[in-house]
Amino acid sequence: MTAQAPTAAPHMLRLDGVTVRFGTLGTAPALDAVDLDVAAHEIVCVLGPSGSGKSTLLRVVAGLQHADEGTVLLEGRDQAAIPTHRRGVGLMFQDHQLFPQRDVAGNVAFGLRMRRTSRADQERTVTELLDLVGLPGAQRRAVASLSGGEQQRVALARALAPSPRLLMLDEPLGQLDRGLRERLVVELRRLFRELGTTVLAVTHDQGEAFALADRVVVMRDGRIAQSGTPLEVWQRPATAFVARFLGFDNVVEATVQGEAAATPWGKVPVPAGTPDGPCRLLVRPAGVRLTSAADGLPCTVVARTFRGTHVALLLQPSGGPQMEAACPLHEAPETGDRVGISFAAEDVVVLDAAAD
Amino acid sequence: MALPLVFFALFFAYPVVEIVGRGVKDGGQWQLGRFGTVLSHPDILHVLWFTLWQAAASTALTLLVALPGAYVFARFDFPGKQLLRAAVAVPFVLPTVVVGAAFLALVGRGGLLDELWGVRLDTSVWAILLAHVFFNYAVVVRTVGGLWAQLDPRQEEAARVLGAGRFAAWRKVTLPALGPAVAAAALMVFLFTFTSFGVVQILGGPTFSTLEVEIYRQTADFLDLPTAAVLTVIQFAAVLGLLALHAWTVRRRESTLRLVDASLTARRPHGPGQWALLWGTLAVITVLLVLPLAVLVERSFAGPDGYGLAFYETLRSAASADSTFAVAPLDALWNSLAYGAAATAIALLVGGLAAAALTRSRPEPGPSGRTPVITRLLRGFDGLLMLPLGVSAVTVGFGFLISLDKPPLDLRSSWWLVPLAQALVGVPFVVRTMLPVLRAVDSRLREAAAVLGASPWQVWREVDLPMVRRALLIAAGFAFAVSLGEFGATVFIARPDQPTLPVAVTRLLSRAGEFNYGQAMALSTILMVVCAAALLALERLPIDHSGEF
Repeated sequence: MTAQAPTAAPHMLRLDGVTVRFGTLGTAPALDAVDLDVAAHEIVCVLGPSGSGKSTLLRVVAGLQHADEGTVLLEGRDQAAIPTHRRGVGLMFQDHQLFPQRDVAGNVAFGLRMRRTSRADQERTVTELLDLVGLPGAQRRAVASLSGGEQQRVALARALAPSPRLLMLDEPLGQLDRGLRERLVVELRRLFRELGTTVLAVTHDQGEAFALADRVVVMRDGRIAQSGTPLEVWQRPATAFVARFLGFDNVVEATVQGEAAATPWGKVPVPAGTPDGPCRLLVRPAGVRLTSAADGLPCTVVARTFRGTHVALLLQPSGGPQMEAACPLHEAPETGDRVGISFAAEDVVVLDAAAD
Repeated sequence: MALPLVFFALFFAYPVVEIVGRGVKDGGQWQLGRFGTVLSHPDILHVLWFTLWQAAASTALTLLVALPGAYVFARFDFPGKQLLRAAVAVPFVLPTVVVGAAFLALVGRGGLLDELWGVRLDTSVWAILLAHVFFNYAVVVRTVGGLWAQLDPRQEEAARVLGAGRFAAWRKVTLPALGPAVAAAALMVFLFTFTSFGVVQILGGPTFSTLEVEIYRQTADFLDLPTAAVLTVIQFAAVLGLLALHAWTVRRRESTLRLVDASLTARRPHGPGQWALLWGTLAVITVLLVLPLAVLVERSFAGPDGYGLAFYETLRSAASADSTFAVAPLDALWNSLAYGAAATAIALLVGGLAAAALTRSRPEPGPSGRTPVITRLLRGFDGLLMLPLGVSAVTVGFGFLISLDKPPLDLRSSWWLVPLAQALVGVPFVVRTMLPVLRAVDSRLREAAAVLGASPWQVWREVDLPMVRRALLIAAGFAFAVSLGEFGATVFIARPDQPTLPVAVTRLLSRAGEFNYGQAMALSTILMVVCAAALLALERLPIDHSGEF
């Protein structure tokens, strides 16, 4: 961008206490004092339900939305006074927003034209990028003739063409069907690795986030609920909200004492070193072991769902809320069967105590 | 935003305030008592009432006649459509005086209808109403039809699949989408007819008089500047009220529409109903629009020695039958074209900037803190742009003469005075035509362009412009046309040796004698042909088809 030598800024992007309020005072802010760092070449995925403020986050970084408080730093420089078109970031919109009156090449070359790149360079970059995204020779096609997946590739090529220092993706694969989505996630990750692109993506799809990201940031009501590698977040959800958002429903109130906790389901073993006191527990379905009906906590099988690699069981214990269990295909009981269960300590996660 | 504001402050607000001040102030004192005196006069009250109801009646009649026309032009494909579209717009640009004369020749004493069936309408209000429909048919067809042609017909189809009947689908889906355009068109027609001048003066005789006619009479005939000023203020207030009403009705109803290429939505009519509609529209156009013009052309050729080019041939020389002109009447054609081109450029620049600024200033989804005041101000500006249409052109022209004559703004002898005045009338057309389409552009497309590095100006050029090119052409056509036809202001400020076509026509008409009348008809015919040619050229301009395949 500028002639300034790249400073040794540790972070490509840094958000510092960014707050955005919509509407009148008193309503909850869309972004509430968000702090976020993205290192160069890192792929960060913001995960959250709709309305959690993740799109607003991208708009603030792009300069499309004014932050009421806080600062946005790109490579260490405050962006407050810098308009969108000079920030040097890329943003791929949820619904692509391809320019309908231009063909594929016209769309991809748009950012280069704005930077007055020579025509030959434009053509070369367009060709390269279209090859890269798997649409070789599509230059002259009209965008209206593209399928959803092709539009998404063109949008990606368009966002990549000006080599943005930070590429932002808003629900990048949201509108595509499952098979295509899974294939593209793999392709995207490979692509970003190759190009060394710094990526900030937002999605509500945990599968997408975990497959794509080096680091996952879970958002809730404008705040960051948890941040970590996909494995960390998956294995150690910090709060009941994160656990539930990841699809884990076996969350109960508990009081830890020593190596076990008292819960509505009876005694549940907890990992060693857990401090005593009230908390919540997550028991992953894999940690719910079936035993004979005589041993353990007696349960009735309410429903069973075939999941391909295993069977998901919904169990109604004699006391406490329903729980989910995963069991191997050949051992799965029928609906209505009575079973007994025990809990495996390695699949028990201690969550925060805060009620929500 | 700054340029349009300065433009309007200098060339509109300042002259009008100046001249109104002269009328209502006396020795630096405001004489507000004059309002009471003028308003208590029964004649003035009669003028007010007539102005109001004839405008309402004209608007209703125009919508009634022209909305089916708008549909036909938007949705049907038929041979000669382009030509007809241009032809329909021609009446709008004719000098009002000529239209008045043409209607007199059609429905007046010794006119065509009188000769054939002994029917005369010139003493009734019908002549005025018909002439107003004649003028404003194109306003509705262009404003409403332009948008209609780009509405995605699949929306209506979706409604029909969901169980809506043909009419219900139209009423629930298309009509709401067209609402702002219809309201805009209706407002324009109402404003034009509310301030109608030439038509009423000729066809109304002593019986019917609108505010504008009364202002002209008071200014030019009686030199009663105070009364004229009071009437100007009243007309101004009425127009302000109208605009406020309009803003209130359509506020924020211009929703984001699905626009498609106009050429995709038109198809050949099928079924007896659609053919009847097409033929009905053609019949209306023939009787209402073509017939008066045909009479006009016929008269221009009906020389003293039978049909021929007698009137046209004399136009080239300055020394015509009498010395009305210091220059050849035909020179007025070149003057008009040059003025019109300049005025169009100014109007497009000012109006385009204003429309762009108005689109950008829409409140973001969920604005915080400071926006409401600004939004309100801009919403006000939206309406203010329409004011030149409502303020007496006579007042504006006279105001130009009085106020723009001293340094640093001494434009009395400047060639630009006329285009500036004409652009004033063109700007509202540009804004009104562009705004609905601009607002219908998805704002996220602009954001996508900005993120890709496009500056605000580049966003406008790269995203908005290609999408509104069609609307822009329509706007340019209208601005050029009204500039060519502008009369009320131009007649005051055009230099005697540089008359425009309408000014030349009235000068000829004001002289007695068959030869002058014939020359006026010939000049009017030329003006008509010029406008038709210009509009046809616009229609023929290639429209970006890269969105298709």
